[in-house]
Amino acid sequence: MYTLKFDENVCATCPSADCLLKCQYMEFDKNEAHEEMMKVVKGENSSVLHDCVTCYACEEYCHRGNHPYYLISERREEKGILTAPRPITNQWINMTQMQGKQSVGAIEDRAMSCCFLAELVSMGSGEIFKDIAPAVAFGAEFMCPAVHTHFAKMSVIKERLPVVIDNFVKLGVKEVICLHDECYGTYTSIAPAYGIGVPFKPIYYMDFLIERMKDLKDKIKPLDIKVAYQRPCSNRLIPEKLHLVKDILDLIGVELPDREYQGENCLCCAEILRAVSGYRLADDVQERNIADMVQTGAEYCVFNCPACQSTLSEKVAKNGLKPVHLIDLCKMAIGEKKKGV
Amino acid sequence: MSDILQSLTEILGERAVSNRPEELWFYGRDPGVLDSHPPDYVVAPRTTEEVQRVVQLANREKIPIVPMGSGMALTGLVIPLKGGIVMDMKRMNRILEVNEKARYAVVEGGTSQGALKAFLEDNHPGLRHSLPDAPPTTTIAANVALHGQGRLTHQYGFNSDMVSGLEVVLPTGDICKIGSPSLGPYWFSKGPTLPDLSGLFLGWLGTTGIFTKVGLKLYPNKKFRDLEMFVTDRVELVADIIYKLTHLEMLEDVNAWFQPMPLMFKDNYHITIYFTGDTEEEIEFKRKMVWDSLQKFIDAKDGGFMSIQPMKPMLLEMPQRGIAAFADVPKGGGFEYSGPITLIEHFPQYAAKVIELAAKYDVIYACSARVISGGHSMMFAISFAFNRADKAMMDRVKEALDEATEYALEMGGIPWKPNFMEQKMTMKRMDPNTLKLLQMVKKNLDPQGIMNPGNWEVS
Repeated sequence: MYTLKFDENVCATCPSADCLLKCQYMEFDKNEAHEEMMKVVKGENSSVLHDCVTCYACEEYCHRGNHPYYLISERREEKGILTAPRPITNQWINMTQMQGKQSVGAIEDRAMSCCFLAELVSMGSGEIFKDIAPAVAFGAEFMCPAVHTHFAKMSVIKERLPVVIDNFVKLGVKEVICLHDECYGTYTSIAPAYGIGVPFKPIYYMDFLIERMKDLKDKIKPLDIKVAYQRPCSNRLIPEKLHLVKDILDLIGVELPDREYQGENCLCCAEILRAVSGYRLADDVQERNIADMVQTGAEYCVFNCPACQSTLSEKVAKNGLKPVHLIDLCKMAIGEKKKGV
Repeated sequence: MSDILQSLTEILGERAVSNRPEELWFYGRDPGVLDSHPPDYVVAPRTTEEVQRVVQLANREKIPIVPMGSGMALTGLVIPLKGGIVMDMKRMNRILEVNEKARYAVVEGGTSQGALKAFLEDNHPGLRHSLPDAPPTTTIAANVALHGQGRLTHQYGFNSDMVSGLEVVLPTGDICKIGSPSLGPYWFSKGPTLPDLSGLFLGWLGTTGIFTKVGLKLYPNKKFRDLEMFVTDRVELVADIIYKLTHLEMLEDVNAWFQPMPLMFKDNYHITIYFTGDTEEEIEFKRKMVWDSLQKFIDAKDGGFMSIQPMKPMLLEMPQRGIAAFADVPKGGGFEYSGPITLIEHFPQYAAKVIELAAKYDVIYACSARVISGGHSMMFAISFAFNRADKAMMDRVKEALDEATEYALEMGGIPWKPNFMEQKMTMKRMDPNTLKLLQMVKKNLDPQGIMNPGNWEVS
């Protein structure tokens, strides 16, 4: 069984305790943050194990290469501490089981991973994806199991991730373009954290997107709109890729005004918070987040993750923001999709 | 041409009468698992007077007569077990009146659920009726005749409780109005404060008369409708959860259900909770009340609200088409269900029985139960899907359904729209004096035994 590579000394000597000090859902001063994290490190009981809402942010806050979030999840599982109610936890385990119902296109060296999100299959189409769309890989067999961190079921990840990787390997791919942050984050953050080898090159879809948009620059008609961006939890696993959103938006003539809850201070879509902590926290987070989007004068709310989009679309629309995925926004810029739809 | 065919043709005209084999074949069956039996004639009247004249003929000639709506009961209730005349009511489909302020409608005996729904949406958008989760072609009269359920059953009881008057052609051919329409032009009460004679017809499955007009209570149609879905893996908590929810007195509909596939539903018990409101604030208030009422189960990690955003459009459909999709899980498009009405506290035992039966008979199941009247009881739909081309599978489903009904009776439950075999099982367990009363009513109303014979037949 794979084990988390975690260096206790890195935490013990941490000068900042940023992992918990910056937490948006738990209140600690610097000393408390350090003490609580050390309790987690030592396998002792800590309020963190009971109160963490699983936003992934501490993975980003830690700049010293440790994995506080994975460790918290490990410790919770060791102690049998559930994050969400048991039937919800098991529902996620059951619904993401591999059943041999995968969909695999014409794959040679490269595959386009649509995870287990059907929306991504239709999104990965058109001029932007014309060369890669036939090479679709979709289904539980290709689903990164990162979602189970929300439920502190790291054992599920350790069991399933090698199988998912092996499923790609069996396709003979050298590169996998990941249309979901969670997939890319799994291969580049979770897998190495557990010493799980990834014998293909994961490519982040925004890296792919920006290259394609550069190729298609003659077709781009600047959209000349203001947007707010909803950063997903899984983007916390790959903070080095955050800048790509702004880079892509610049390319297609879209303004991203500053707001309080963006970048490292972003708020999650809150769907998982609803399951883990109840509606009060989820409503509060969503209300603050959307109010913050609205005050920027944004016309659109741009999503990166289909799950966030599903959760927040209706709510942002009720507040006058048009929900759109970043890929669809790019399609708008090259005239493949109508503006405003 | 036989004398009977000629007489029927004289009453109804040539195009509304048939004894052609292809039509007799069609009218001899329903989509459930029971064997077919052809009628001798099929008729399709347009007026109460035509119904009356056909019944008078049948009574005179001692010919069985079976009133039929859309024939979707699944339990063979309109299969003419003893031949005779099947009376297809679907041409009597006029919506005769909607009293907006008194909130009732009067419809003819063949009016479909879908027709009334569409009519209200177009003409009285502030009103709705209790729509069952059945195809929209099913008829209102048939639904109340078998004590049907619908979207407003949690609030207002069985759909038959919502009847506000009846016009019935008795087996002798007399036309009889029941309730307030027997005294004047208004259709606001099926009984009170008179002796409630509607009980002589509602639930009798067409064995005591033919409904030619039905008065039906209508209810406020709120602008917004939403839902939450609570899940638990502890079946013994379901009754407590429902008790908490029904205590709120603010829900439109509550359904508990479980099924093994797709895998996201495996091992959990789901409670779908619908609520309505005229403003978003009202919806949000109700949503919070629902969440708060179940907080103790969430705190104990025994239950939680699942994410339903992608499923919402399907779950908010009325009627829900997804239910029909279940019929095609084993391919071949068949399903039938046993529908015991029981105490909510018996949910765990029934759930265990359903799982046991599915394993024993190797059939695919889905089970749901709707809360009736704020929690006084619940109505199960223990559904088994089958392939119509697989006789052995159909036989297994039939056996599983019979055993489910037997179990329900053992548990003190009441079978819903029982087939003729289940009626026999029910009557066997019935208090002898109750059975005697049943027989007296039937004999007095239908001395020739012509109305849907084979059903509610006391031997």
